[in-house]
Amino acid sequence: MNSYDIVIVGGGPAGLAAASAARDAGCERILILERDRELGGILNQCIHNGFGLHTFKEELTGPEYAARFIDKVLEKHIEYKLNTMVMDIAPDKTVTAMNRTDGMFSIKAKAVILAMGCRERPRGALNIPGFRPAGIYSAGTAQRLVNIDGYMPGKRIVILGSGDIGLIMARRMTLEGAKVLCVAELMPYSGGLKRNIVQCLNDYDIPLLLSHTVVDIQGKERVEGVTIAKVDSSSKPIPGTEIHYDCDTLMLSTGLIPENELSRSAGIDINPVTSGPFVSENFETSIPGVFACGNVLHVHDLVDYVSEEAGRAGQSAAAYAAGHAKHTENADIRVKTGPGVRYTVPTTIDTVRMADKTIVRFRVTQVYKDQYINVYINGTRIQHKKKRIMAPGEMEQVILNKTQLAEYPNAELTIAIEPEQA
Amino acid sequence: METKELTCIGCPMGCQITVTMENGAVVSVAGNSCKIGDTYARKEVICPMRIVTSTVRVVNDPSDLKKDPVKVPVKTSADIPKSAIFDVMDVIHKTCAKAPVKIGDIIVENVANTGVNIIATKDYPGK
Repeated sequence: MNSYDIVIVGGGPAGLAAASAARDAGCERILILERDRELGGILNQCIHNGFGLHTFKEELTGPEYAARFIDKVLEKHIEYKLNTMVMDIAPDKTVTAMNRTDGMFSIKAKAVILAMGCRERPRGALNIPGFRPAGIYSAGTAQRLVNIDGYMPGKRIVILGSGDIGLIMARRMTLEGAKVLCVAELMPYSGGLKRNIVQCLNDYDIPLLLSHTVVDIQGKERVEGVTIAKVDSSSKPIPGTEIHYDCDTLMLSTGLIPENELSRSAGIDINPVTSGPFVSENFETSIPGVFACGNVLHVHDLVDYVSEEAGRAGQSAAAYAAGHAKHTENADIRVKTGPGVRYTVPTTIDTVRMADKTIVRFRVTQVYKDQYINVYINGTRIQHKKKRIMAPGEMEQVILNKTQLAEYPNAELTIAIEPEQA
Repeated sequence: METKELTCIGCPMGCQITVTMENGAVVSVAGNSCKIGDTYARKEVICPMRIVTSTVRVVNDPSDLKKDPVKVPVKTSADIPKSAIFDVMDVIHKTCAKAPVKIGDIIVENVANTGVNIIATKDYPGK
């Protein structure tokens, strides 16, 4: 059986950044396994600009951002296999994969990095009544059809869900000559970035209907129309508020789900809130030597954060493969969600192993204005920071110092969103 | 004096910016967190500018334009007036480039008389 120091599952932004950082940390034998026909992952179809402001201090398109990391991997002569599907990861870190050239094969890895990304929530998960005609696409599928394959998915389009992909596709379809009738969003706020509301919807006079959802899809062979209704505060459609749209296409941008089939079958503990693995501050999952980064860990809104986290996961995996970075017993701080915090990544911090600073990223549960991010250790407040606005669609973070945490081994750290008085 | 409320599109923060104007000229910009926001706001109230991204057809054999057209992503090399977006898209739709294409290659010069070029954002080595 072939053996490698690190096997990376997925050659998208997370896998590429992890590979590059692991090589920089001195790891020799690295292999990336990618199921698509090229490296770069989802960035290849994200042809819009806005990537890399943090990492490169300039605004790049998705393919340009991917190219920067692909070039690094090529320059460093990191091995990769394309058109290769990983079938199984065993708890002893034997990775089984297959492709047309090698057939089925197994690799023994000292460390594994999970970088499989995420999938779109499909129609079947939304409970929309109606037939199952052609013309219903997840927004990412439509994006691939237009931007890579060169096909137009439809001419008159309704989009359900105001996630960033839906907003980007509203503009993209308009530029390609389609009519986007509206974007309907179940929640009373948009799930996408504010800049995308401005430059993708407002620029083209596309209405955004908040607190609305699709209640019916008409058409048997092909979509002929959809009915949209206003919803009440418990997301139930309100009778009498129905609006009908004649259209041939319904696009769904209703959320992304980390793709963790391999992680689950390996026996890795999954956080039910993020649908990604629980990890410690070095991105190690519940199986020692198996690390996770990128959208398979939690869904990001900025690829810059993916690259940065994946870089740290790559370093951690390299240290593990070299026999360093052992977990110190009884040195963990457990990170808990307080009021207003939906989840955190990581959920544990080893105060001995951690670097001088560690970043904890989290999402809030609702839109907050002029509230504070408070951090407590064993009930003592150690950070207090005002934010003008926080929304579930935009990831927040706190930076923790090793010197401060080292005073509290085996403690509980809580992040909470609170008004001034609390 | 009049004021205009804007959401900055310079980065994902999306700062709320207030621009104060008098007789069509900007008096002050407030609410932005950085220089990008100031620049954006001053342009946005006078002549809104946007980067346009799309794809163009690329063929391996120009003698047979119908054969093997591939889509290669492109962008405007700088921002263009918002009012010219659909003129630029018309040119992009009619453009067919020849392989190979390298990232950064100029695909169309001075697109729709904007003074801005269309450049490739991905390599396509050809067949």
